[in-house]
Amino acid sequence: MKLTKLGTVGAIVAVGALALAGCAANEGGTPAPTGDSSEAPAVTLSGTIAGSGASSQGSAQTAWITAFQTANPGVTIEYDAAGSGAGREAFIGGGVAYAGTDSALNDDEIAGGFAGCVDDSFIQVPAFIDPIAVVFNIEGVTELNLDAATLAHIFKGDITDWSDPAIAALNDGWSVSGPITAVHRSDDSGTTKNFADYLFQVAPDVWDAKPADPFPYTTGTGAAKTSGVIDAVTNGTNTIGYASASAAGDLATAKIKVGDEFVGFTPEAAAAVVAESPAADNASETNLAIKIDRKTTDPTHYPLVLVSYIVACGEYADAEVAPVVKAYVSYITSEEGQAVAAETGAAPLSAEQIAAVQAVVDTIVAE
Amino acid sequence: MTATATEPGKIRAKARPGDTTFFGLAIGAGSLILVALAAVAVFLLAEALPAFTADTTGMNSSPANFWAYVGPLAFGTVWSSFLALLFAVPLSLGIALFISHYAPRRIAQGLGYVIDLLAAVPSVIFGLWGIKVLAPAIVPLFGWLNEHLGWLPFFAGQVDSTGHTILTVAIVLAVMIIPIITSLCREIFLQTPKLHEEAALALGATRWEMIKMAVLPFGRPGIVSATMLGLGRALGETMVVAMLLSPAVVINFVLTSGQNPSTIAGNIALQFPEAHGDAVNILIATGLILFVITLVVNSFARWIVARRAAFSGAN
Repeated sequence: MKLTKLGTVGAIVAVGALALAGCAANEGGTPAPTGDSSEAPAVTLSGTIAGSGASSQGSAQTAWITAFQTANPGVTIEYDAAGSGAGREAFIGGGVAYAGTDSALNDDEIAGGFAGCVDDSFIQVPAFIDPIAVVFNIEGVTELNLDAATLAHIFKGDITDWSDPAIAALNDGWSVSGPITAVHRSDDSGTTKNFADYLFQVAPDVWDAKPADPFPYTTGTGAAKTSGVIDAVTNGTNTIGYASASAAGDLATAKIKVGDEFVGFTPEAAAAVVAESPAADNASETNLAIKIDRKTTDPTHYPLVLVSYIVACGEYADAEVAPVVKAYVSYITSEEGQAVAAETGAAPLSAEQIAAVQAVVDTIVAE
Repeated sequence: MTATATEPGKIRAKARPGDTTFFGLAIGAGSLILVALAAVAVFLLAEALPAFTADTTGMNSSPANFWAYVGPLAFGTVWSSFLALLFAVPLSLGIALFISHYAPRRIAQGLGYVIDLLAAVPSVIFGLWGIKVLAPAIVPLFGWLNEHLGWLPFFAGQVDSTGHTILTVAIVLAVMIIPIITSLCREIFLQTPKLHEEAALALGATRWEMIKMAVLPFGRPGIVSATMLGLGRALGETMVVAMLLSPAVVINFVLTSGQNPSTIAGNIALQFPEAHGDAVNILIATGLILFVITLVVNSFARWIVARRAAFSGAN
């Protein structure tokens, strides 16, 4: 009896091991036969590089890597969506060849140097513009206008009912009432940080918490990840939340007040605000960090956006990875790469930005 | 056991290869679990130490120090598990008694299988079920509770219209631990000495009185053990809490609001993916606290079992 049981367990283990081994073999075999030889470039690249960083870039990175590896069968690229902070830390320590991050490197990080780069040389370029949509679910309501102060009051918990005069003042013929459930991210997120940064800059009297990855107030309802927020807003009643616009789906989205008009998100408006925003204070010839103009009054702009960067070395201590990184970063910031990212919901960089970014990427030393 | 008998004059059992092999395997298995436990404890301690003096202002809700951060989490862990036990234990006892003493044999067997099947459902499925089915369905109940029992602190304040509250989480946790408690209790109730039961019935006891006098006292230490096993799962449950709970770093007893104390395991699952630097150590330190809580709860359970054993009638 006992022995039979042991035998069963043994069989299960054996089958499990076989199944796992089967998986591994499949994975190992996949990149090799992706032979679309017509797209193969003149120079054959080969090598393995690793990147790490923002989870917001996760789906775009996957799409980029798939397309890039198809075109360059000898190349293997791994992106670990461990989070912006972890990605920057790994890059600073020399653990990865490039990092994706939702917040640009700060002065301390730049001053601290980069272990994997010669003379601490680095480049930082925008790779990804992600508009953040304010989604809501109120029965029978499809249009909602909000300004930053009202939005901040709602998410801070000061305005608790849809019948509040502040909301009625922004929406003609407003007759909605009911308690508001404001849904925010319960996990650390660059989306929260950029949402908070918008409110902090445009309505500093109301939103007094410094922008950071965690949601700062103990109000409203928290939900995990973008999908959790969307789900909570969809299934709740009289709900409002914020999420990457690509995830908004069928939910109604609010227009936010820019200047004297109310602007809904579009990829064009999101790209426009980034294109016309000034360079960050610590920007340089190779550091294209942008200080997003949240206070813009131009109604063609949608200032509630997240810009995700790629950080790489100017000159690599390990010269072998340089050509691969250069080609890869060049690819993702090209028109083609941006089009691939747009399919995952990002807003593409403008042609001028692409030119500026490509000029910086070209400075990566690769012989 | 035979290996230690070395006194002269005694007949020594011949060491057979099967015996030595299994002796070695058993020793190995026994020590391996200790080694694993020690390894986890050492890892937790070593990684957690820097957290006690670390700057916690970068964490969610920027608490003043580590204890201000872990306090609400520890509270939420114990509170949600307590609520889950509150629902699960009476229900489990009922199911177990039904299977062991009331149901016809065929139904009892089928029900037993179904209960065991429930134990095999992964927690992420329970989490999805909670989000997609239970939470939206339970909101009207919350509204009713708030309207009629709002004077109780448990249902005060504004109702969360998404249903992602600690009460919903506790219900899902209860569903998850019911199979564990039920199957253990069932086994224990089935072991009640037939003579005890028949004696009770012979004295004129009804079936319920027989259960009250013979089955429950006999099974009490077992019920406590089963409850503690269930509690262990509830304390450490991660996925359901991370997916379903709307967390805030607060200590309150409100069951229907959007600001719920989170649990240690759920908080780690949510915060770890983006954590770096000190935050990693702080999260691991909260894990150490969970380790301690579990240890205390288990020791407490052992103590209860040991104390009750004398009166249980099991000896």
